[in-house]
Amino acid sequence: MAQPYPFSALVGQDAMIMGLILVAVDPRIGGVLIMGDRGTGKSTAVRAMAGLLPKIEVVVGCPYGCAPDPSRGPCADGCPRQAKSAAVKSRMVPVPVVDLPLGVTEDRVVGALDIERALTSGEKKFEPGLLARANRGFLYIDEVNLLEDHIIDLLLDAAASGENLVEREGLSIRHPARFVLIGSGNPEEGDLRPQMLDRFGLAVDVVTPRDIPTRVEVVRRRDAYEHDPEAFIKRYRPRDGILRKKILAAQSRLPQITVPDEMLALAAGLCVDLGTDGLRGELTLIRVARALAAFEADDVVGPDHLRRMAPAALGHRLRRDPLDDAGSAARVERVIADRFDAL
Amino acid sequence: MTALGDDGPEGIDHRWPDAMTAAALLLIDPVGLGGVHLRAHPGPVRDAWLAALLEMAADAGIIIRPCPGQISQEALAGGLDLIATLKSGKPVHSPGLLAQADGGLVLLRMADRLLPSVAGQIAAAIDRLDARFGLVAIDEHEEDEEPAPLVLRDRLGIHLYLDDLSHRQIGGAPFHEDEISAARARLQDVEAADGLIRDLCETAQALGIASVRAEILALRVALAAAALDGRIISNDEDAALAVRLVLLPRATRFPAPEDRQESDPPDDDPATPPDEDQAPSEAPSDGAPNETPSESSSEPPTESLGDGRAEDRLLDAVMAHLQPDLLAGLQKGAGDKAASRSRGGQRAAMAKTLSVRRGRPVGVRPGLPRDGARLDLLASLRAAAPWQALRRQALHNQADHGGEQAHRVLIRPDDLRVIRYKQRSETATIFLVDASGSAAMERLAEAKGAVELLLADCYIRRDQVAVIAFRGTAADIILPPTRSLARARRSLAGLPGGGGTPLAMGLEALLQLAGQVQKAGQRPLLVVLTDGRGNIDREGLPGRDQAKADAMLAARALRHFGAAAILVDTARRAGLAAQELAAAMGADYVFLPRADATSLSDVVQYHNRKGG
Repeated sequence: MAQPYPFSALVGQDAMIMGLILVAVDPRIGGVLIMGDRGTGKSTAVRAMAGLLPKIEVVVGCPYGCAPDPSRGPCADGCPRQAKSAAVKSRMVPVPVVDLPLGVTEDRVVGALDIERALTSGEKKFEPGLLARANRGFLYIDEVNLLEDHIIDLLLDAAASGENLVEREGLSIRHPARFVLIGSGNPEEGDLRPQMLDRFGLAVDVVTPRDIPTRVEVVRRRDAYEHDPEAFIKRYRPRDGILRKKILAAQSRLPQITVPDEMLALAAGLCVDLGTDGLRGELTLIRVARALAAFEADDVVGPDHLRRMAPAALGHRLRRDPLDDAGSAARVERVIADRFDAL
Repeated sequence: MTALGDDGPEGIDHRWPDAMTAAALLLIDPVGLGGVHLRAHPGPVRDAWLAALLEMAADAGIIIRPCPGQISQEALAGGLDLIATLKSGKPVHSPGLLAQADGGLVLLRMADRLLPSVAGQIAAAIDRLDARFGLVAIDEHEEDEEPAPLVLRDRLGIHLYLDDLSHRQIGGAPFHEDEISAARARLQDVEAADGLIRDLCETAQALGIASVRAEILALRVALAAAALDGRIISNDEDAALAVRLVLLPRATRFPAPEDRQESDPPDDDPATPPDEDQAPSEAPSDGAPNETPSESSSEPPTESLGDGRAEDRLLDAVMAHLQPDLLAGLQKGAGDKAASRSRGGQRAAMAKTLSVRRGRPVGVRPGLPRDGARLDLLASLRAAAPWQALRRQALHNQADHGGEQAHRVLIRPDDLRVIRYKQRSETATIFLVDASGSAAMERLAEAKGAVELLLADCYIRRDQVAVIAFRGTAADIILPPTRSLARARRSLAGLPGGGGTPLAMGLEALLQLAGQVQKAGQRPLLVVLTDGRGNIDREGLPGRDQAKADAMLAARALRHFGAAAILVDTARRAGLAAQELAAAMGADYVFLPRADATSLSDVVQYHNRKGG
């Protein structure tokens, strides 16, 4: 595959970029949903993630990309770590960003019997699917709103449990599948099921840049990239490097970030005001505010962090009103303004 | 300069040279341009264009890989060749079609019939640049059909519309292979003239194009055009060509006349494009494309470059070229966009009928496990079992096969069985009954009777029925989707009547229940019994005007939902209110004077059969 477009060369779309950075800082935030028109740089941004994030250490020959250190997570059949015979070799690889195409079959997602091996050598072997490949990385679904329901169910299962359970064709396999779900789509072409919506930690809207200078800059950079990818990537390498260091620093700072009780109360209050169902909204809001504080080198989560992340963390969890043309964004903004003005 | 200039252009439609240039550009930068969305039915014009493309490609040594419209995902991306594997006894992989076209063009016929999943896969391949190809997508949809998937069209640089060209209006030789080869070699050095990117962005803005991809692709077209013309820097003609090939077909609006220079002739107005005989006289010389026959030798005067905004200049140049039928084509394009909005729903409907992929397994059939069909291993082995002795014997007689293979199961492609699925396609009929005072009480009794009749019918077919009633200031589901005859009778008998008419609330409740039913895998059929005259709004407050506005809004939401719907007018005389409501919610309007339960049931049955 050709070298992806550098992340730091993206123009504008701050909400989307911040969302992607924060789930990289703390994958437990639980994925990003990016909704917007075509040609707004959604897929470019997601694919650029692979080049941005620090490489991870994986066991050589492991289909699930397990870490060599057993304390970093469990392993499954097929991983050399399981064999315990020879010394486990490891190597550094880019964080996987796996595409889940529309119309993908169940077999491709969860994995299936390796027909090739079964037919040619009579061996019963598991052929890992996309969930295995996405382990410890990102699973990207373009046009997530058009994905078939039964595939969505599989993804929800795996995303919730962090592992993939396969019981089919005489196979019984369980392997780790911890991934950050990134979905993108065009809202005009369909809605997402509420269960699926709720599963995304953050939801951001991207809009087409309307001002000419921004569009000119987008085209200019894209042209430079296509004209000479190596030179272009080299030019942005220092900037990607700085961003990568910031993400790494935020990851290590994350455990030390404190969340004062007042901020917990504030988050809870926001969710009550908005009438969001379940606790997931509150948890996500706190997590993403903490990740933001870590990324900006603050030690304590403050109201500003909450305020900035609340629209992305809560906007998609409102009970939807089919007749509300204004959409939920306006409602969230109003509630947030009320809460924070009262502070 | 071009081979086309010499062929007496009399009678040749000015769009044809553009189309020929587009073919050459595709060969110069297949990957950068993404490809072409060719909207053309079979015929001499399309054949001539394709023949020219193929001829130029063959001369210049560029791969064009044909691709059938019904191609499977496996064939596109490559994978295990199951039959060859079984024949040879060792894994045989086949490269995907996209990989085979590396650096060249993929020629896709009937792009409008492409499965969304396959279109998505091709789009992802274009994005990821892992197979480098340009796509020639031939779209021959009829007016009332879906065009090629938007996900593809957005990524294809050039949009060509050839359907309204006559074969008498075309002619001229294609470009020479030397021109193509030289341009390909030159392309890497071609640079954009100062301001080109800005001009293209401003033009795109003026034409109401949202996707930034359009400008990126327009830039590639302009640069390839410069390379074709033997230059290493783009000029205004390249820009105008890029606007015509890339931006104009994507236009969603034209700049309002007051936004533009007042000196402009009436070709500003999208509703009254210039007539053929008017165009040359009015075409301003600032940057008029040289493809216009009468002006092919004129150079754009330099002083005109300074005046006006860039998009005006570019647009003027392009507008002078516009033809009434091209505008019609543009409007058609806008129609395409509207149609594609409904696509999600249609895809969902399509998914419901794919019996080989989902639903309840109902046995097996011979076939290969591809396109999502699941292999049933046990059944395949069972099919192979009776033949083992014979096959082993046959294998034994072949000296070249090793003896160690003899002990394993010998499977032939004919043995393979795939699982068949049956999709549940049961219908859930949801009644929305107006139980308010305005609806006459006997009508309510009729509705109850009809539901009971239907229920008895549904009991046989295992379909479901639900009833929502609205009266006073609330809408209640008095009968959740059920097949239970006894329960249905009980809850219907207890249905009271009288009070206000919260029509909007009723429609909202209907939408919600219909959504639930659809999620459960059933096909909702909506039957609304009302006179269409609500007087309680969705907040529960009285007021005829607000109530009507809310009801119309709810009706439109129902229309968007897209389920089959019938509105039975329960007024004494066929009323305008109910007809408007039926139109807003996309329902069939039925007026049944003195309807009795049996005839109401007949109407619903008819629609049920029609839909199912």
